[in-house]
Amino acid sequence: MIVRRIRAALAVSAAACLALAACGGGSSAGSAGAGSSGGGAGLKIGIKFDQPGLGLKQGEKYTGMDVDVATYVAGKLGTDASKITWIQAPSAQRETLLSTGQVDLVVATYSITDARKQKVSFAGPYFVAGQDLLVRSDETAITGPDTLAGKKLCSVKGSTSAQKVKDKYPGVQLQELGTYSECVAALVSKGVDALTTDDTILAGYAAQDQYKGKLKVVGKTFSTERYGIGLKKGDAAMCQKVTDAIKAMVSDGSWQKTVDANLGAAGYKAGAGNPPTPDACA
Amino acid sequence: MADVLSRYDVLGAFWTTIQLAVLSSVGALLLGTLVAVLRVSPIRVLQLLGTGYVNTFRNTPLTLLMVFSLLGATYILGLSLAADIGANAFRWAVVMLSVYHAAFVCEALRSGVNTVPIGQAEAARSIGLTFGQSLREVILPQAFRGAVAPLGSVLIALIKNTTVAAVIGVSDAAGLMSEVVENETGTVSVFLVFALGFVVLTLPLGILFTSLSRRLAVRR
Repeated sequence: MIVRRIRAALAVSAAACLALAACGGGSSAGSAGAGSSGGGAGLKIGIKFDQPGLGLKQGEKYTGMDVDVATYVAGKLGTDASKITWIQAPSAQRETLLSTGQVDLVVATYSITDARKQKVSFAGPYFVAGQDLLVRSDETAITGPDTLAGKKLCSVKGSTSAQKVKDKYPGVQLQELGTYSECVAALVSKGVDALTTDDTILAGYAAQDQYKGKLKVVGKTFSTERYGIGLKKGDAAMCQKVTDAIKAMVSDGSWQKTVDANLGAAGYKAGAGNPPTPDACA
Repeated sequence: MADVLSRYDVLGAFWTTIQLAVLSSVGALLLGTLVAVLRVSPIRVLQLLGTGYVNTFRNTPLTLLMVFSLLGATYILGLSLAADIGANAFRWAVVMLSVYHAAFVCEALRSGVNTVPIGQAEAARSIGLTFGQSLREVILPQAFRGAVAPLGSVLIALIKNTTVAAVIGVSDAAGLMSEVVENETGTVSVFLVFALGFVVLTLPLGILFTSLSRRLAVRR
């Protein structure tokens, strides 16, 4: 009696599993179809939620350059801003989010690299950033990476910026923390002398209300980070549309406007190579 | 996969993890024993001190303690444990891991103390042993033997919790994993390799402590 009941329960749950799987498969296929045909069915876009000036979530409001670029591109793809679903895309999860179809696009300070190109496709670059230094505004001794000897520098554990400093400037004392916000806190409390990562991220922090006037970006980049829009691997049609959208954004002036609006407050000027010409889609 | 990992010092990172674990478990054992003694002592103030310690550190997230050790203690209070940034982070990590797990060691030991029949403590006092003597000669040796299994669990938890040290920049296994994920993009195999490393560290310990707890248990 009990055995029969258990069997029945198993059968029911197995059927439920199948039904769910079918539903899941169906809906994702549907949204992918709508996305590639440029319909108004909505887009799921992965952005950073914690990067002021680039992708920041405050309550239900999303602000930053990446958000503006994504909204513009979505508009060119025929998706109204109200139909965009914003999804948090932390650095370590961006490839997985794309390959499993949880997001259609990733616009999240996503540098185009060869290692990543093996997992996802990129459209862009839509911005060329570079590794730079953020210091307190009364700092005069640090003018670039070569003046860092003996100084305390902060960056995020495992990040490309931290690794580059370790390899290229071994004389620097590098403190690695979990997030850039912690580094900024350490910088303001004079625990470290400088913070290093992409100049866009630094400019975003320097422009935040609570740090206005206290921090400055040195403005001497020592690397090139080409931010692209991540797409599902091999989606050439989508890549072409997004590339055209980026080109249109640069040529009609919206690109300059959004850079000034989001990063300009701290006196930041987009470095060499901007505005960029997007690569041809492979 | 193998060629990806051969470019990174995986063994070195796990060596740092082992160093963290060994130093912190010694620290946690010493501090935890002290706190346990406070909690079972007959003096009310000391009891409250011990209880306060356990309640504070058992209920504070380890990540919070770790981040506080740098952003609060080192940078604002100026309590630097070494001139070198890396050594300072490592030492603070050992301190915070010890302080945090001492609370759990204390509770494991106290459960061990409870396995000793009250009659033995009374007998020890009645033949004229002081509190310290009865603790040292009668209670604690039996308490440790009764607490082997829970102490083993605390040690395994401590080994896995060393990964939290990566948030203040200690180059342990978790720190290296974030580097590999950043450069090579996160794949399941990367996570599996690091997970396997921890299984290799903890699984034999679990088996050892289970057999120890059986062999060392005081038969009553």
